[in-house]
Amino acid sequence: MTELQAGQGAQPLEVPRIDARPQRYRDLLIALAAFVLLALLPMMFGSKQLLDFVIRCAAYGLFATSLNLLVGYTGLISFGHGMFFGLGAYGFGLMMQKTGVPIPVAFVATLAMTFVMAVVIGAICVRLKEIYFAFVTLAFQMLIHSTILSWQSLTGGDQGLRGGIPRPPFLGIDLSNHLHLYITSCALLVIGLLLMRQIAQSPFGYTLRMIRDNATRASFIGIDVWRAKLVIFVLAALFAATGGIIMALFVSGAYPEFAYWTISGEGIFINMLGGVTTFLGPMVGTVLLLILNDTVTRLTEYHGIVLGIVILFFAIGLRKGLMDFVVEWFAQHRGEGRG
Amino acid sequence: MILVDLDALASCLASPACLVTQTTSGLIIGMLLFLVAVGLTLIFGVLKVVNFSHGAFYMFGAYFAMTAYQLTGSFALAILSGAVGTALLGLIFERAFMSRVYGRDVLMQLLVCYAFVLIFDDVVRMIWGPEFRSMGMPAAFQVPPLFIAGGVVPPYYLLLIGVALAAAVVLGLGLARSRIGKVIRAAAHNPGMVSALGINTGLIYGGVFALGGMLAGLAGALAAPVRSLTPGMGFSVLIESFIVTVIGGMGSILGALIGALLIGLIRSFGSLGFPLFTEGLMYLFMVIVLVSRPTGLFGKEVA
Repeated sequence: MTELQAGQGAQPLEVPRIDARPQRYRDLLIALAAFVLLALLPMMFGSKQLLDFVIRCAAYGLFATSLNLLVGYTGLISFGHGMFFGLGAYGFGLMMQKTGVPIPVAFVATLAMTFVMAVVIGAICVRLKEIYFAFVTLAFQMLIHSTILSWQSLTGGDQGLRGGIPRPPFLGIDLSNHLHLYITSCALLVIGLLLMRQIAQSPFGYTLRMIRDNATRASFIGIDVWRAKLVIFVLAALFAATGGIIMALFVSGAYPEFAYWTISGEGIFINMLGGVTTFLGPMVGTVLLLILNDTVTRLTEYHGIVLGIVILFFAIGLRKGLMDFVVEWFAQHRGEGRG
Repeated sequence: MILVDLDALASCLASPACLVTQTTSGLIIGMLLFLVAVGLTLIFGVLKVVNFSHGAFYMFGAYFAMTAYQLTGSFALAILSGAVGTALLGLIFERAFMSRVYGRDVLMQLLVCYAFVLIFDDVVRMIWGPEFRSMGMPAAFQVPPLFIAGGVVPPYYLLLIGVALAAAVVLGLGLARSRIGKVIRAAAHNPGMVSALGINTGLIYGGVFALGGMLAGLAGALAAPVRSLTPGMGFSVLIESFIVTVIGGMGSILGALIGALLIGLIRSFGSLGFPLFTEGLMYLFMVIVLVSRPTGLFGKEVA
């Protein structure tokens, strides 16, 4: 279980506390620069398609990176993480359609609902190990999917939430305006990534890595493994739900596919594609998978075959993600330079 | 739109006719699930991998049977080709791909299987088309149903239950008594030692995977006359057989049988009492079992 995340022969773990503060400033700076860059994008390229692509990247990227907090950092292979993506989308959409509260209120309320669901589901799931954990999360995902399908009066069943999600302006931001939606999505993405980075680099983040590498030892030195796993499960669920909210705003609706197991499968694949040993690996994987999906669906109707072969290439052929390669190459390169 | 209909459930429980009908339909759901789940649990017990693409074998079994039936008109040949075809497929799949990820990360194993779920579904879509297909009931079974205590029981259901039970008995006895069964159990326990004793463990692994695939294919072939065939049909069966193995305990054949029958009965009686929440009942039951006995009803402590 541990070879992959430990990154065979990759760089040794950094010492956390000593240089934590400069690193935090560095992360903040990178985040600001990334946001400015993304915000300038519409001025450089007017193409609506590109902006749509970035919005989708924001939704899936938040989802995939939050999954990496579980898979890569804690060693919890969740095969049902997509349920929180779906819950976010449906929760937010329903809240806007039924109650007409302002968007920020609905946003917070959706996260609160996700929090409660994640605590209940997580409390049951994190007791289990490895493959049992994977299947119980998958079963919960299917339970939520089948609930969405059968509760037609509320969710619209297999047709999804139709009729559009109302997007009243708030604080001068009008999300029915494409540019406003774009900037908001980028802001949510950057803030979400920054927060997750803080979690990953915090002492708690290092506790998670320890649980991943040796849970028994972690519990020997007094860590409540169950509680730590539950906390990260809930936190990851909140970020996944944020991704779902962005998706719901983008398509102005919610569909049962958002809560289907394939979303979780894609999330795992994104992590594999980008690599789980780096924080930004899942983000790279997201961009790659979306590009791949868009090209393949344009070229052939059998995109499952192509996608499957690409997955096999990565899983059996390369045995690691793209970012893992890049990082290793850099590490080797630097080593040669010094030597 | 009724969520809970306890009256219907109570009136059915009071009437022998309804009881018989619901129990047989629960039994055939359970028996089909058992055939799929027992392969899954066998593969897990011996190879220590979870075959996430196991549902695809069920699907291929059904499609193979349909094609063979349409070509030859013989129902026996249809069942046979469903079982043998998937056994071959399982052998190839194991030797060419799964054998490369033994002992590796669970994540890798899941990914390889996930890739094949996508590929197999598309292959079926290519060969047989995306629309619903049906094999049709063989002429030999197009006879008036039997009436047991006033309940309607199609003869085909009896055949299905009989074949599945026979498979369960043969499998259970074979593993417990025969020489091959002993070797398989030994390989599950300590593959290094078995291989040191001069037994080809690769062959055993391939054989077990083929056997698991064959049982799923047999289930698919048996289900073909009574279910509609569609690409992706394996997935819901897969999820349910996971629930079965989790309830019964991974690696336990008796557990798979009991778990499958329980799920079958929950489905058939649940559809009366909780028409919209039948699937939810299964998950609920699984959660209750897991919380009280994390290794399942008949599971041993998993290392």
